[in-house]
Amino acid sequence: MTTALRAAWLIAAKDLRTEFRSRELVYTTLFFGMACVLVFAFAFAAPSGDAIAGVLWIAVLFSGTVALGRTFERERQNETLRALLLAPVERGAVYLGKLIGLMILLGGLELVLVPIIGILFTAPVGRAPWLLAGLLLSGTLGFAAVGTLFSAMLSRVQSRDILLPVVLYPLTVPVVIAGVEGTAAIFAADPRFDVARMWLAMLIFFDAVFVTLALWTFGAVMRE
Amino acid sequence: MAEPAAPDFDRVDLLNVTRRYGRRRALSRATLTCHAGDIVGLFGPNGAGKSTLLSILSTLVAPSEGEVRFGGQLAPGLGDALRGRIGVLGHDLFLYSDLTARENLEFFGRLHGVRDLAARVAAGLAEARLTERAGDRVGAFSRGLRQRLGLARALLHGPRLVLLDEPFTGLDDESVHLLAGRLRALQAAGAIVVMATHDFETADGLVDRPVCLREGRMRALAPGPERIRERYRQALAEAWT
Repeated sequence: MTTALRAAWLIAAKDLRTEFRSRELVYTTLFFGMACVLVFAFAFAAPSGDAIAGVLWIAVLFSGTVALGRTFERERQNETLRALLLAPVERGAVYLGKLIGLMILLGGLELVLVPIIGILFTAPVGRAPWLLAGLLLSGTLGFAAVGTLFSAMLSRVQSRDILLPVVLYPLTVPVVIAGVEGTAAIFAADPRFDVARMWLAMLIFFDAVFVTLALWTFGAVMRE
Repeated sequence: MAEPAAPDFDRVDLLNVTRRYGRRRALSRATLTCHAGDIVGLFGPNGAGKSTLLSILSTLVAPSEGEVRFGGQLAPGLGDALRGRIGVLGHDLFLYSDLTARENLEFFGRLHGVRDLAARVAAGLAEARLTERAGDRVGAFSRGLRQRLGLARALLHGPRLVLLDEPFTGLDDESVHLLAGRLRALQAAGAIVVMATHDFETADGLVDRPVCLREGRMRALAPGPERIRERYRQALAEAWT
């Protein structure tokens, strides 16, 4: 188990190092997320808490989809995915490594997007910062857990860029609903923290289910 | 990372191995036994099943029928650590373009739990004659340099079974000569080398067990005084039942 976790961290650190050099995903996801937020900022004159929560999650999920598409594409270019699968560690470690790398990237994106949304929409992002962070973290984890699995599965499919969102969005609807509802409860004029906590608990449950299922199936789906 | 207790083996057996992709048979009832110290050469036209056979030996692809035994045991029984005894150099070289030569070796060395990593990486770079380029990104390397680094990566963890797909592609004469010497050293150390190649000239005097594949079927080339190319052509000209 320790070996698998260390291998996962090695893979995540390698992904982050590669990203630090190319800055490909950082720039594209950030640009995409900012563009989403700006479009909505111009469209809504005085949005409600519900709408602001929706804007935040749309920006995170769409940017996340862009990042997911590239996560295994890089491994496909020189068939390095095969080299990872040939390592003497549990196959789940490869999945976990890719997931950790993606989570760090999307976490960084959220750190930029949340203050921008706070400024552009005068949203109360500092009202319950830990609760909001918990919702974003757990929601992103649920989305990325499913997305990483399907990104790996589709890495050898020619129309993977089209198929990934088609498969991903319906499966992650529960995560999106929980994330938006929980965030809206914080941003509402009359905030309901108990409701936000309930949605956070729901997200943690989804995360446990999705990550467990993905770890369980990854080894099997990666066998050619 | 602690080096996993890798199971060792001194022979690999393929027993009636068939691999289907949909309705197509990439490999059909292939049987082969390799012992420690063997250099097995896989020859055959494009699409004959050489790469499929290497993928099955690497445990990346499961046979549709038949079985592969490592030291008499099936791969699932040996666990994940079995892969620590296998080194693969594919047609794609399994290297990260955005990392330097040294970083690539360090990454894969850590992943394989290689002990004394710094010394092993330095030795690998020296054997690949890349010490001076160790800090350069692999994306800037020529095919030949990447091929040499790919081989260093495949051998870094001291595998028992070495699988090479077209290892001489892109190498200059001197590098071919060095690679042939490296393979002989592996042979002397008791490794099992299985390589797919179209380079008959280099294979002569290096490969001691030439095997021919055609449309997924396998046949050992008959021993004889002729060169491998002639024996191969003769085998292809015969009727395969």
